[in-house]
Amino acid sequence: MAILGAIDPILTKGLDADASDVSDAWRCRAYVDRGGYAALRKIVSEKIPPARVIAEVKKSALRGRGGAGFPTGLKWSFMPSDYDGDKYLICNSDEGEPGSFKDRDLLLLNPHAVIEGMVIGAYAIGAKRAYHYIHGEIPEACARFLEALDEARAAGFVGSDILGSGLCVEIAVHRGRGAYVCGEETAMLESLEGKRGQPRNKPPFPAASGFYGAPTTINNTETFAAVPFVLSMGADAYLAAGKPGNGGTKLFSVSGHIERPGNYEVPLGTPFGTLLELAGGVRAARALKACIPGGTSAAVLPAEVMMNLAMDYDSISRAGSMLGSGAVIVLDETTCMVGALEAITCFYQRESCGQCSPCREGTRWMHRIVRRIENGEGRPGDLETLEDIARNISGRSICALGDAASAAVQGFLKHFRGEFAHHVERGECLVPREVQREGCRLREISKEASTP
Amino acid sequence: MTNTVSIEIDGKKILAKEGATLIDAARDAGISIPHFCYHKKLSVAANCRMCLVEVEKMPKPVPACATRVADGMKVFLHSELVLGAQKAILEFLLINHPLDCPVCDQGGECRLQDLSMRYGGTRSRTREAKRVVSPKDIGPLVSMREMSRCIHCTRCVRFCREIAGLAELGVVGRGGDSEIAAFAGRSVDSELSGNLIDVCPVGALTSKPFRFRARAWELCRRPSISPHDSFGTNVALDVKDERVVRVLPRENEEINECWLSDRDRFSYEGLNSPDRLKKPLIRIDGALREVEWNSALDYAAHALKSLVEAHGADALASLASPSATLEEIHLLQKLTRALGSGNVDFRPRRRDFSTDGHRSGIPWLGMRIAEIAELDAALVVGSFPRKDNPLFALRLRQLAKKAGRVSMLSLADDDPRIDLAARVAVRPSELPAALEAILRAFARSHGEKEPGSRVLSDTTAPYAETDAIRAIAESFAGAKKSAIFLGAGAEHSPTAGRIHAIAGAFARASGARLGFIGDAANGVGGYVAGALPTGLNAYEMFAQPRKVYLLHGVEPELDCHNPAQSLFALRHADLVVAVTPFVGETTLEYADVVLPAAPFSETSGSFVNTEGRVQSFEGACRPLGESRPAWKIFCALGRLLGLPGFDYASSAAVRDEILVSTAFEGREGVGEIGRVGRVGWVEGLDNALDEAFAPREAHPAAAGALERVSDVPIHFSDAIVRRAAALRETKDAAAPEARMHPTTLEDLKISDGERVRIRQASGSSGAFGASGASGETTLTARSDTSLPEGCVRVAAAHPSTAALGDMFGTLTVERA
Repeated sequence: MAILGAIDPILTKGLDADASDVSDAWRCRAYVDRGGYAALRKIVSEKIPPARVIAEVKKSALRGRGGAGFPTGLKWSFMPSDYDGDKYLICNSDEGEPGSFKDRDLLLLNPHAVIEGMVIGAYAIGAKRAYHYIHGEIPEACARFLEALDEARAAGFVGSDILGSGLCVEIAVHRGRGAYVCGEETAMLESLEGKRGQPRNKPPFPAASGFYGAPTTINNTETFAAVPFVLSMGADAYLAAGKPGNGGTKLFSVSGHIERPGNYEVPLGTPFGTLLELAGGVRAARALKACIPGGTSAAVLPAEVMMNLAMDYDSISRAGSMLGSGAVIVLDETTCMVGALEAITCFYQRESCGQCSPCREGTRWMHRIVRRIENGEGRPGDLETLEDIARNISGRSICALGDAASAAVQGFLKHFRGEFAHHVERGECLVPREVQREGCRLREISKEASTP
Repeated sequence: MTNTVSIEIDGKKILAKEGATLIDAARDAGISIPHFCYHKKLSVAANCRMCLVEVEKMPKPVPACATRVADGMKVFLHSELVLGAQKAILEFLLINHPLDCPVCDQGGECRLQDLSMRYGGTRSRTREAKRVVSPKDIGPLVSMREMSRCIHCTRCVRFCREIAGLAELGVVGRGGDSEIAAFAGRSVDSELSGNLIDVCPVGALTSKPFRFRARAWELCRRPSISPHDSFGTNVALDVKDERVVRVLPRENEEINECWLSDRDRFSYEGLNSPDRLKKPLIRIDGALREVEWNSALDYAAHALKSLVEAHGADALASLASPSATLEEIHLLQKLTRALGSGNVDFRPRRRDFSTDGHRSGIPWLGMRIAEIAELDAALVVGSFPRKDNPLFALRLRQLAKKAGRVSMLSLADDDPRIDLAARVAVRPSELPAALEAILRAFARSHGEKEPGSRVLSDTTAPYAETDAIRAIAESFAGAKKSAIFLGAGAEHSPTAGRIHAIAGAFARASGARLGFIGDAANGVGGYVAGALPTGLNAYEMFAQPRKVYLLHGVEPELDCHNPAQSLFALRHADLVVAVTPFVGETTLEYADVVLPAAPFSETSGSFVNTEGRVQSFEGACRPLGESRPAWKIFCALGRLLGLPGFDYASSAAVRDEILVSTAFEGREGVGEIGRVGRVGWVEGLDNALDEAFAPREAHPAAAGALERVSDVPIHFSDAIVRRAAALRETKDAAAPEARMHPTTLEDLKISDGERVRIRQASGSSGAFGASGASGETTLTARSDTSLPEGCVRVAAAHPSTAALGDMFGTLTVERA
């Protein structure tokens, strides 16, 4: 496992493929050698007040890396400072978004950055207890994190008396069991509390009533990993590494029809073309058809839009999609868009928790219709119905899962309606059969290549 | 005083309580917002999304059930956004919901049907196959056959968890495969399970006994009062062809809120049981034969008169069921006294009558029902709350939820499904001493001198002051509003008077209120009706057999403290006149005249519940066959006997006479029941005992003797309930077993599941001298860690244990 490429990396500096001896680079000593835990030391020794930490993070324009891109400093500032009970901090490593695998690698390669970020975050919001919710399917990352946590505890970076300062932050790890919806922060809270993982109605937001009703802050793994760097390099430098409003670098999980699928760290605002090139370009030098820039929850964008797009929150949002978790799914010309959407809608209808009517019924219905179209049994009016269902789910469900499923359908229909219409009218695919076959062949080759 | 805020709904200004949800605020202003998952008594789920409304400055529609009002909020219920959302949600809900309303049991009273008509579209766009959900069996009362109709609102799940106190239902599966289910292979055994039918907004959960028996529009809904427990639950009787075919709750926040116990809901089947007597019977040549009313009444009057003349009035004893109406109990005692006898009572399950003549007033709950949940601390003594009175248990559950402390001193550690602060289970003979230990622990920790009143210093061995005893005492420390409740086990105990006195002393010491939960609809009403004995009480009248018995609504072989003794006396009496709606096999044996009386559903009358509330009701349907309201039967008998004062034009006239004489504080037409009759409160309720009270001597059980612990199983508590077919199929109606602590079983060298012979002296025991007769029955022994050692739990009120004696006597157990 490695970071396959980077441009001016921050999180993975010294960990990229070119660096020598990455095998022990994740260890505490190596992290400290790279300048790790300096930010925590500084906060503790100089007694920097939490408000200043939060102000610094705000200034850096660090935005949530889990998908929503909410400004981290602002989120932290929502925590009530006069609350007299326990407050909690939770790290969200329930990375379930199809196409996203950055948190996994981050935990494997630089777990101490996450730990340091969590401790600093806990200090900033006044929490003594932090939980780390780790996706069930990445046991090796979880084991790595636990080992790193032991190291950090032994070194005095975590525990009841951090670096002799009296600061107390305990971190506990909880493993998820694979439900996508548990990545939604309130479903995660329910799951952590030992209940069925389904999202809560909001408001109240976790900052007001979270884990067991106490004020709680939940951030993504990559967000926490960025925090020490924000503080050690300074907010201005971190901001400058990206672009205004989109501070710093971002890990992109590039997958799909690409030569070198993997994680890449590039500054926010990097042109998509550059990222594509970094990842070796579209497989077998075929033409790019489309790309889902932020995981399946983001709307798909056609090649011509993508090739003129800068990879940052605001630019992608303006283009009608979102940066999301940075899971870039590349689709080449061999792709049948109906088939692709069928896979995506299948995912959402399976992962819907089933709690609220629009999502439970709507995701299932959308999938049934898309599947029918894909099977050549489309009917006139199906596309209008699909659009209508997507509209009717959007904004009416308890959590964003419904919105995500709806955005996926809307994106495909917006940019590739013709292909869907062809399927409905002719009962067959617009992409010639032999082109699709070539796609299958390429997939087999890459499968073989990746099998050890 | 809560503050109010001003909001605007569709341009109309309304005032709302601060912190209220939009849906509540709108409802209070008379504006209804369509919804499925919202229920005012359940937590907010906001999952159906039917109540989405538009709020100014909010980008998305918000659920009215989960959105709190804010001053100046502008809400739109009929904007394009809202109408579109409602239509869309209904479309979603109908994708997988069968569109076969004409064959659905819920059709005509279905929320989904109603809201679809009002807010939904007219055509279905779905072409996909509908989801099919496999039927489930969760017991004899609630049907889960049509689970494909479920819309996943989770009201049932929340009801089980939040109201019934145990999560017996849950959601399994995910997404479109979500299903409501019980634990695999288990039934839903809550005594409140019938409410699931009411909370289900569609036809997924339906009533097994009622389903497909009638359509909503064929039914006449008539208000009534349930006769099965001491609360006087407000019910609506659905009548079809002069038969009650369904019972639903009538909302009354002060009594039952919107709930019903299963006993109240499904007992109606007993009203239509084959045991219902349609014509009077008299014994002719040894066999009971149907006769005309005139003959029966003439015969009864003549026999009564001649036997009383021959043997003296003291040879006559009368016993009324405490679930008979106020008017009936009153007329029975009036008739008995007019014939010269003071042997009249209405408390068949009582054993200790030592407080008679020493009470300052009528024993009652000590507070209003609605006040229970507002207490800070409560101690329940000698009760199986869930089975004795499910709605009382529900109030305790609310109390425990509001951070009040509930503790129990009971005869078995049954799970009350209440979060208890502390609990102690003791043998029946230890109950007074354990209660006293609590009192002493409390007094000492409050720096008071040991309460050394004469009531307390008795011969029973002191009960060790365990941690649990101290925890109970401690739970009353600092409580502003607290209460000690005496349950059926305390009232039926042979040491009821002593328990009453100690509980009273504890209440005085701790500032708590003392209350009786009560075990019957007219437990208070019987006192109001003046049916207290001036001669022999309900126990003595059988312990010292009489020549003539007049029974009303009771089946002594099941309803009395000592069934064997009662049955013996009845079998040997010269004349037994039974006024009853039912004629069971045993009644046929001993009765000489059986007069078919109308049950509560077919007569007018009143119940005075345990909080002293008088609730009058009308008959909901015509009496079955030739049965007649019992008040009319007693009037007719009185007139035939030539007794004065039996010329009443109506039951209301009887009631008015009683209530005036007991200083009734009546208000015309107040309360929920207003239209039907008058609601008021009786005066003279007081649980205090006077100075002269001396408790009945306890009869210490011989060392090593096994003590019987009796409960009245919930579905056998009165003549109507025990004839309700579906209730008899429930787990609660399982045949009694001889339950013992494993250690006790071991001492007896009996293993779990073995058949055992139970022997118990059936003659009167203790103070009145044993008659030497003994009864026996064979039961299955069962290991039960919830019981204290040295006890055998053998239920009362069941035919299989009717041969035994006192509910709380001693008994022997041997391998059968």
